[in-house]
Amino acid sequence: MDFISGQELLQLCEENDCRISDIMIQREISEYGASSEEIMERMKEAYRIMKEACHKPLDEPVPSIGGLIGGEAKKVRDRRRQGKSICGSMLSKAITYSLAVLEVNASMGLIVAAPTAGSSGVLPGLLLALEEEFSLDDEQIISGLFTASAIGYLIMRNASVAGAQAGCQAEVGAASAMAAAAAAEIMGGTPQQCMDAASAALVNLLGLVCDPVAGLVECPCQSRNVIGASNALVCAEMALAGIRQLIPFDQMVDTMMTVGRSIPFELRETALGGCAATEAACARTCQIFKN
Amino acid sequence: MPSISIFDVIGPNMVGPSSSHTAGAVAIALLVKKLFPGTVKEVEFVLYGSFARTYKGHGTDRALLGGMLGFETHDLRIKNSFQLAEEQGLIYSFVTNEKETEVHPNTVEIHLTGTDGAFMSVRGVSIGGGKVKIVKINGVDVDFTGEYSTLVIRHLDYPGMVAYIATCLSERNVNIAFMRLYREKKGATAYSVVESDEEIPQELLEKLREHEKVEDVMLIQV
Repeated sequence: MDFISGQELLQLCEENDCRISDIMIQREISEYGASSEEIMERMKEAYRIMKEACHKPLDEPVPSIGGLIGGEAKKVRDRRRQGKSICGSMLSKAITYSLAVLEVNASMGLIVAAPTAGSSGVLPGLLLALEEEFSLDDEQIISGLFTASAIGYLIMRNASVAGAQAGCQAEVGAASAMAAAAAAEIMGGTPQQCMDAASAALVNLLGLVCDPVAGLVECPCQSRNVIGASNALVCAEMALAGIRQLIPFDQMVDTMMTVGRSIPFELRETALGGCAATEAACARTCQIFKN
Repeated sequence: MPSISIFDVIGPNMVGPSSSHTAGAVAIALLVKKLFPGTVKEVEFVLYGSFARTYKGHGTDRALLGGMLGFETHDLRIKNSFQLAEEQGLIYSFVTNEKETEVHPNTVEIHLTGTDGAFMSVRGVSIGGGKVKIVKINGVDVDFTGEYSTLVIRHLDYPGMVAYIATCLSERNVNIAFMRLYREKKGATAYSVVESDEEIPQELLEKLREHEKVEDVMLIQV
């Protein structure tokens, strides 16, 4: 069982009367000969690492290698604990956890690339917040990770998830589409609603450039992960409410790649443009390279 | 096009901060270590493109050295690989080459010298999301990922070599997933690369080496 487009995936869901996650697990079994137990064990381990990365910097914040980030997750968590969050508990938690994973990543800690390390905060950030806020269990979240992987697989196959090739829209954009579809399925959405959520997520982040200060996966990557998670939440909400997207997921994947190709070299992970080329960023870059 | 697994998307489980510049670097060096037949005494990493410009901030240097020490992408010891290499007496150096620009942006060439004096040069590229490819061995263009059990046979470009290799494999019931031959020029050194879904028996290496035109056999076991 294989599929190479969102359209084929939806067709398989319909024919088999099942969810996207079920199809993705079936595909893995048929393509790689793995047992469903093995697949489940590996995903459990991935989620365990994700969760640990969401929590670790809340109690032990550490500075990043480049020193541009560290301690942000704890600040947002503390403010929420004081009852001051203006985002509400769900979004505030998603922000906290997305920030946290990027802190772990930037200090050479253990994370799960999803789909890349630079975008590794989006999926765990949103899903752990969802698990806590709706008192879900790990199994439900893990099932959502399979849905996310189906979306990520299609983007990797038919476009790219490399910032150097197609900008941040391909990294955080892809992660956001993955998280949006996962959240939609976990919360009872249909396969079509999952695809709509993913499509909307790509629409909203289309054209986002990759412009890391000093070339490091720190700033603006950390806050871009937060926007990826927030965007996913918003897109899942719209899709679950029954809002249809004009542009199907497959066409958004294609156009994301076309836009990616037209993003200038300076804005594709080279640290030569965008945020990286601002006066403030250049000043910090000089400091970093002096040390 | 290589197939994409669930765990290529949700994964690798890795030490940060970059799937291409950290995890990919670990993966390339680990493959190269597995390819090298002896014990590595000295290693030089030549960094190109984005690797050359941003390797320090991405821990690419520690990642490459970690792979050379046999660590996988999720091994937390990567962070301390300079110290661990020194403890093991492994001599290492990093050189940047920003002149050669006709390469993939995330390219490293690894020069290894063994305790027995043997030398090997392997070029790898990190193609995103932690995925990597080996693109050159000792100056000869090749193309494989190490995701399958991979047999790399260095031999003279001579009639019947492919048939000999295929026969050795079929006698041991090893199914060939992919097989390609790469050569410098007609009659010179060639590399045959065989990828298989299953484990390749060690004893096969001895058999292949018996052929007078076979110069060396290397194996990456999955």
